[in-house]
Amino acid sequence: MRIKEHPILNFNRGKEIHFRFSGKTMIGYEGETVAAALHANGVKVLGESIEKHRPRGFYCAIGNCSSCLMEVDGVPNVKTCVTKLKEGMSVEIQKGKGELK
Amino acid sequence: MIQTQLAIIGGGPAGLCAAISAAESGSKVLLIERNDTLGGQLVKQTHMFFGSEKQYASTRGIDIAKILLDKLEEHKDNITIMKDTTVLGIYEDGVITAMRDEDKYMKIKPEALIVATGASEKFLAFPNNDLPGIYGAGAVQTLMNVHGVKPGNKVLMVGAGNIGLIVSYQLMQAGVKVEAIIDAAPKIGGYLVHASKIRRMGVPIYTSYTVKEAIGSDALEKAIIWKLDEAWKPIAGSEISFDVDVMCVSVGLTPLNELLVMSGCEMQYIPELSGIVPMRNENYQTTVPHIFTAGDSCGVEEASSAMVEGYLAGLCASDHIGNRHPMYEEKKADFINQLEGLRSGPEAAHIRSGVEKSLRR
Ligand SMILES: Cc1cc2nc3c(=O)[nH]c(=O)nc-3n(C[C@H](O)[C@H](O)[C@H](O)COP(=O)(O)OP(=O)(O)OC[C@H]3O[C@@H](n4cnc5c(N)ncnc54)[C@H](O)[C@@H]3O)c2cc1C
Repeated sequence: MRIKEHPILNFNRGKEIHFRFSGKTMIGYEGETVAAALHANGVKVLGESIEKHRPRGFYCAIGNCSSCLMEVDGVPNVKTCVTKLKEGMSVEIQKGKGELK
Repeated sequence: MIQTQLAIIGGGPAGLCAAISAAESGSKVLLIERNDTLGGQLVKQTHMFFGSEKQYASTRGIDIAKILLDKLEEHKDNITIMKDTTVLGIYEDGVITAMRDEDKYMKIKPEALIVATGASEKFLAFPNNDLPGIYGAGAVQTLMNVHGVKPGNKVLMVGAGNIGLIVSYQLMQAGVKVEAIIDAAPKIGGYLVHASKIRRMGVPIYTSYTVKEAIGSDALEKAIIWKLDEAWKPIAGSEISFDVDVMCVSVGLTPLNELLVMSGCEMQYIPELSGIVPMRNENYQTTVPHIFTAGDSCGVEEASSAMVEGYLAGLCASDHIGNRHPMYEEKKADFINQLEGLRSGPEAAHIRSGVEKSLRR
């Protein structure tokens, strides 16, 4: 899913970052968001709706719509479309509303 | 508590220009942006801009952001930049609260404030509109042009305004197939130069069509559109089906106005400005005297006008707190003149009417 050639843009990707998503190790790049890295790895379903458990992906990608909330390193309701990927991050699909610890 | 003369919320074209102009007037500025980069919507816009030369027409959006950031740098003694910081509230006593890096809370007390928070994308109602793969046009742009990731393989673009047309072209530049562009209106809303370019590349544009439903189990697999009659009622039997994994919704933006609403500014629904907007005078001062506004947050328009509004609000908010630029009158007249220029012409008729309604004399 990554763009390799582009007539206008050069993507100088940062260093490789390893993260985990539901038990799998995936690779992203420094500087990209969690949602973008997941998308590049073919993951579109980022969560499920609270009552009907319908699959959800991102919608606005600028931190407005709350459609991309996930559990990141144990913290629920993280806006993955604006959260930068970090080495060793663990990203999970959130069930329910999440709990404040 | 952080004290400052002027706080500016939002680092898009409006906020950046407001900061530059306020610094030129001698104000100490605190520029607050929730993202880790400045530039707002400009950072994903790889196309060349329309408008007049003063607002960098024929320059790509991403390059305009660089020009503004260089100018900001020249005033670094007067401008403090706070990134990764979201403003959460504006209180009656003029205090604003903000959160940095998701866990550090702070209070800021400015003498005056400019709200330049931009706009958010509208959504469209149809069955299964929540399936992953259905994304806003701005989101698709961010994914492609900022992160270099394709949204999918085949796209149905909903909306033939300028944004829909431009993003379709950018999708093709990224090597993604655009199956069709549809619009509920009987006419293409965007500029015809964009539309012709896209048609020449083999993409059909269906006018008077809307989305009937989206189909897919875990993510979008198919989109069904149908035709609308003159009364905008769908015509049964006119369905067309597309095997697409992405639907890009480009049906406009609406002002991000929550902070203005909570601060008690008088607001009004003005459809020509795409939503609920603050009432303001010609200085872009709202009905709460120390709060000014600029850009899409006070009416969805364009980056060109957002920049000029920013310059004007920065100049006038500085004057309000006693920092009058030596050429205040000349500058103000020039900015007002530039705005009138941008809003002349038949395509801007709705903007002129909206602006007139939002103006408090
Ligand atoms: C696809 C597309 C094509 C376009 N093409 C053109 C064109 O050719 N010519 C043209 O003139 N215009 C064009 N525009 C329009 C232009 O991009 C916008 O009108 C312009 O960016 C508005 O500027 P702004 O500063 O008001 O808002 P924005 O650019 O949206 O910036 C607002 C900033 O505020 C920040 N923010 C929001 N809330 C908070 C908060 N609570 N705390 C801290 N920060 C916050 C946001 O993160 C953002 O950075 C286009 C837009 C799109 C989407």
